This record gives sequence, C-alpha cells and structure tokens, in this order.
Amino acid sequence: MGRPAVTLSEAERRLLDEYQRGLPLDPRPFARVAERLGISERQVLDRLQRLQDIGVVSRVGPVFRPNRVGVSTLAALAVPPDSLAQVADVVSAFAEVNHNYEREHDYNLWFVVTARDAVQLEQVLETIAARTGLEPLNLPMLEDYYIDLGFRLQWT
Amino acid sequence: MDMTVTPHPALNDPLQRALIEAIQGGLPLVARPYAAIAERLGVSEREVIRSIQTLLEQGVIKRLGVVVRHYELGYDANAMVVWDIPDARIGEIGRRLGGVPYVTLCYRRPRQLPQWPYNLFTMIHGRDRAEVLARVDELVCSVGLEAVAHQVLFSRRRFKQRGACYSAAAGMPGDPASSGASR
Repeated sequence: MGRPAVTLSEAERRLLDEYQRGLPLDPRPFARVAERLGISERQVLDRLQRLQDIGVVSRVGPVFRPNRVGVSTLAALAVPPDSLAQVADVVSAFAEVNHNYEREHDYNLWFVVTARDAVQLEQVLETIAARTGLEPLNLPMLEDYYIDLGFRLQWT
Repeated sequence: MDMTVTPHPALNDPLQRALIEAIQGGLPLVARPYAAIAERLGVSEREVIRSIQTLLEQGVIKRLGVVVRHYELGYDANAMVVWDIPDARIGEIGRRLGGVPYVTLCYRRPRQLPQWPYNLFTMIHGRDRAEVLARVDELVCSVGLEAVAHQVLFSRRRFKQRGACYSAAAGMPGDPASSGASR
C-alpha cells in the first residue's frame, strides 16, 4: 500500500469530500458550510487553515479551465539522470512554471507552463531550451474530454 | 504547432482580470472572503460575488472550492498514461476515458513525431503502483484498447506544484507561492 495518509477528522474529510466544488457564493460562505456540517464557522475556518498548513489543501478557491485565462502547455525534457535535480531547479525557477514532476521515462521531466499569451509562452520554452541545452517537447492541450467534478477520495 | 487560443472575453474586462489575479492563489480564510477581496479591489462585495458567478457560468472557472493535493492524502502513485489513438477515434475514446471515475484528466495533445507518438493523455491516481496498473488494465479491457500503444509514466519526484500564476505571467508582482519549492 501507499504510505499512510495524514490523520483527518470527520469534519475535515467532509470538507474534502463535499466542497471541492460549490463553495457558496454567499457573503458568509464558511458559515453556510458550517451549517451543513453541524460545526461552527470558526471551526470550518480553523479546519481549512490546518488542511492548508499541513499541505493537504493547496488553496480554497477557483480552478480555472485551461487556456481560458492566458495560455498553457505541457512540456517535457529528456534530461541525463545525473543532472536531473539541477535542470529541475532551473525549470522550477520560472514563475510561469506551475507543475514540475519527475516521471519514469526517457522524457523524465514534465512541467506545465502558463503565460499570458502564446508569444510569452514560446519565449519561456526558448529560454528553458537555452539554459538547459535541451529541446522541450511542446504538447499544448487541443481538447479537454474531462469534466472536472473534483477528485473522488476513498477513505477505506 | 497549434498554439492559437482565443482569449476569453473576460480578459478584456479590467475588473474581471483584477479579480482573477486576486483570487487565483486562493480566497482568504476569513468569515467574509468576498468582502476582503472587494476591499482590495475597491469594489463592492456584491460585485465580487456576481463576477465570480459570471466566471463560473462562462466556464472560465471550472469549480470553486477546496483544491486538494493528492500526494499528501496518500495517493502517492500518480501516473500519466499516454495513448496513441487513431485520429478518427480520438473524440469517442477521449470522451469515454474522460468519464471513468478514476481518470482525473483526459486531454488530447499533438503528437511530436518522431520523438513522441502519443496523442491522448490521462492521469490516473492510486494509493500504490499496483492499484494504478490494475486500473490501466481495466481501461484497456473495458474500452477495447488492446491494439492501442500506451505507456505508463509514474511520477517520481515532485519539484513544484501550485496553481497557475497568471499575475506573474502578466508581469504583476509575483505572489509568494511562486518562489515556493515543493514540499
């Protein structure tokens, strides 16, 4: 099995299960959430803060549809294994790079570049190529077949 | 290379643009988060709520809520599974894969021949490698992909993960998260 997950309270699990979407557009959204969970608004805020502090939640807010605000692409580099950490640091240093992962493949470094427009995106990829001496695969999304309902968690 | 993207009309509205920049890193965890955002932007709370509603209706925002990080929850085996689907069938197969509960992303992307022959990208999370691989086998059987080449790219190290930072992209002062190394 995977490593044990952090221990979460019932209220925290319900926050993760039920509020990946549909945060109320009410002046007191967390009070509305609290009513449904049967706890106080203060407790909801404290739980969410804790989930953020321990890194289970990256933020409470919007998930944007790709390529609606600015443009983005998935890129990959085939990095010699010995210099992977070093090249990863070069890539991560770009503010335009949000996800950056090592994956098991000859193309072993995968990252998402987001920019305001296609010109800036191209510049970032060219700069990465120049600084690393490696040619990125540029794989922009052409079509999205997934309807994002949030991630379905299994607690068992 | 198809990089032509039509910017959404919301981008032409300075208030929408400012609002997107203000909320992309997350809402403040206070009793009245929309009022806090409104104060920063110099508009009313009602205007902020109405603008977010509009962005949701227009599909600029996919969802508004808690954004979880899978790894911290013990879903540490995540694999990008890539498929070389015949062009004539990609829409049909993409929609079928995109509707499977444990497939968490499903995008068509261009092939980059000769280095890269795969045109459909799916993300599959699991609590361990065996679970992910079992799910890939199940997809192959249930969708009839036996004749389709695919590869499973497990993630190893995560160097960086955060929400897209459009304000940095727009040349605004960087948000604090942008310098954060991965945990």
